[in-house]
Amino acid sequence: MSQRIYEAHPLENRVVIAGYGEPKSWTLDVFEKKLGGYKAARGAVKAEPDSLITTVKDAGLRGLGGAGFPAGVKWSFIPKNPTKPVYLVCNADEGEPGTFKDRQIMEHLPHRLIEGMICAASAIGSKTAYIYVRYELRLARERLEQAIEEAYKAGYLGENIFGSSRSLDITVHPGAGAYICGEETGLIESLEGDRGQPRLKPPFPAISGLFGGPTIVNNVETLAHVPGILNNGPEWFVKLGNGTPRGAGTKLLCVSGDVKRPGFYEIPLGLPLNSLLNDICGGPLEGRKFKACYPGGSSSPLLRADEFDTPMDFDSLAAKKTMMGSGAVIVIDDSRSIPEMAMRTARFYAHESCGQCVPCREGTKWVSKMLKRLTMGQGSFSDIDKIKSACNNMAGKTICVLSDACAMPVVSMLEKFRPEFEAIAKPDDEVQPALPKISGQMAALMSLVRERQTQK
Amino acid sequence: MSYKFSPALEKKFEWLKSRYPVQDAVLIPLLHFVQNEVGYLSLDAMEHVAEKMNISPARVKEVASFYSLFRFEAGGKYVLQVCHNLTCYLKGSDQLLEWMEKNMELDDSGNSKDGVFRVERVECLASCGTAPVIQANNWDYFEELNLEKLQKIVEALRAGKWACASYEDRIQEGSVA
Ligand SMILES: Cc1cc2nc3c(=O)[nH]c(=O)nc-3n(C[C@H](O)[C@H](O)[C@H](O)COP(=O)(O)O)c2cc1C
Ligand code: SF4
Ligand code: FES
Repeated sequence: MSQRIYEAHPLENRVVIAGYGEPKSWTLDVFEKKLGGYKAARGAVKAEPDSLITTVKDAGLRGLGGAGFPAGVKWSFIPKNPTKPVYLVCNADEGEPGTFKDRQIMEHLPHRLIEGMICAASAIGSKTAYIYVRYELRLARERLEQAIEEAYKAGYLGENIFGSSRSLDITVHPGAGAYICGEETGLIESLEGDRGQPRLKPPFPAISGLFGGPTIVNNVETLAHVPGILNNGPEWFVKLGNGTPRGAGTKLLCVSGDVKRPGFYEIPLGLPLNSLLNDICGGPLEGRKFKACYPGGSSSPLLRADEFDTPMDFDSLAAKKTMMGSGAVIVIDDSRSIPEMAMRTARFYAHESCGQCVPCREGTKWVSKMLKRLTMGQGSFSDIDKIKSACNNMAGKTICVLSDACAMPVVSMLEKFRPEFEAIAKPDDEVQPALPKISGQMAALMSLVRERQTQK
Repeated sequence: MSYKFSPALEKKFEWLKSRYPVQDAVLIPLLHFVQNEVGYLSLDAMEHVAEKMNISPARVKEVASFYSLFRFEAGGKYVLQVCHNLTCYLKGSDQLLEWMEKNMELDDSGNSKDGVFRVERVECLASCGTAPVIQANNWDYFEELNLEKLQKIVEALRAGKWACASYEDRIQEGSVA
């Protein structure tokens, strides 16, 4: 089933998933004949790479995997006369809790991703590309493999694609169950056959990434937008969104939790959250009221229901000290306990920390244990501030941002819903003293880790 | 009994090697194929992989142990991966787990007494729109679950039905999920 296929809501604008629900939309035949597929790729293989990069830059396409970095700008970091082969990697690890969008593209429109990869590879001068797919997404892997095979047979992949001088090989590479492999350098380590532990940056992958070559890592949704932009031009893309280049285009949002119609919806950037949740998703469940939501996956700080007038675009969310992230809106209604959600959020990051940085490895574990204590009714008032200060010590100090991704939502819950934590806390003299804090030698250990990383 | 790649896997191994400029990169895809043949990564199997790839068995184990999908002991025929992350929790995964613990005679590592099942708690399975969700053997998704559906699924799997059948096949057989 994967997801219910609804008719597009009038407030939606299906661009990157145009054709979703069309019978056999995943076959080359339907994609090409009915959905106008591979038109952009035919042009891209013969185009000047710089003109492709400029078009994508002008369109304002931003990375849709979490960080929102402008795709065209990232592509322009690839050295002009590289001494090593350039690699294109599609990040299809889809691990951020709440997110189920990339699999919709891979399962239903795999050729759109392949076409996007042909365009991107032409822009950066890559002949070898990989799609790093989360292993659990079996159907996505199968549909991609079938689609790649079809594309090879048709001469759209391999040598001299579309009769041009370009060649491109794409291989589907499975993950093996580790959220951290969604982080681009963790992903590269994993693709090279190693433990997926992120690398210290710089050097950034665009300079030295996969197998030591210049590498671009882009999310599935980002790449799938490229053909549309090349076909219709940058102005078209800017107009799709809120009309500004910083809020251009559409975004796939995954809505889950306490709403009437959970699902995934492609909306123009800038649609207010209220409109998404009430008009498109049918509002709260019977007899309930919205309390809060994570607007961009489990790593994003929460918005309270009274902040639901926020437009869903990168800048508006940043102004509310939260983020678009992966576009996963997890909705929580008034029947839920925020401390319980906080505990489960921290537990996830504690489980997924790769362990190479002490603030992250120890911090995520400690915070998750302290929150557990609170939710079990064994925590004290002073624990609340201790958790907050531990979170503040975890952010901005580590090799990758998983540590921040744990701290940020937890801090937002402690700040915005403090009375809920206080209601379950006990006076200090009625509980066991707090668990021992994170090791004092954290800083010394961190510098050791950094040193080792630089030597590598 | 020492393990050797099946002829089909030998072929896949050759194909894999042709797809990467550096041979080390085939390790993880290869381990998936081996685990699918053996059921788990036995010492034997990892030694054979090491020999084929010209790396040490310790290296194979070092890499494999980083990833939660690789198993190092034989387990139940059906591994039921129950998502206990945010949305599935909101939609009742605790109740599913409680039912499984009460009714499936699980030991401490989650294996059922009759050896048919192994129950694992896993993180978000990228199917939150149809939560709560269980995946069987990294293959079948069972979605929008409730206790009634869960009970039927467990019965059906125990009777050898449905696992690794597509959703469409299951619908034809009158599946509930
Ligand atoms: C802990 C962590 C997990 C991540 N997981 C994913 C993921 O599952 N999918 C994804 O596309 N990006 C993920 N990212 C973001 C990537 O590091 C990277 O920014 C992205 O793949 C770049 O592609 P984009 O610019 O097209 O968004 C993750 C980042 C972090 C720190
Ligand atoms: S921050 Fe955490 S997950 Fe990221 S590299 Fe450090 S220990 Fe690993
Ligand atoms: S939270 Fe269970 S599938 Fe995402």
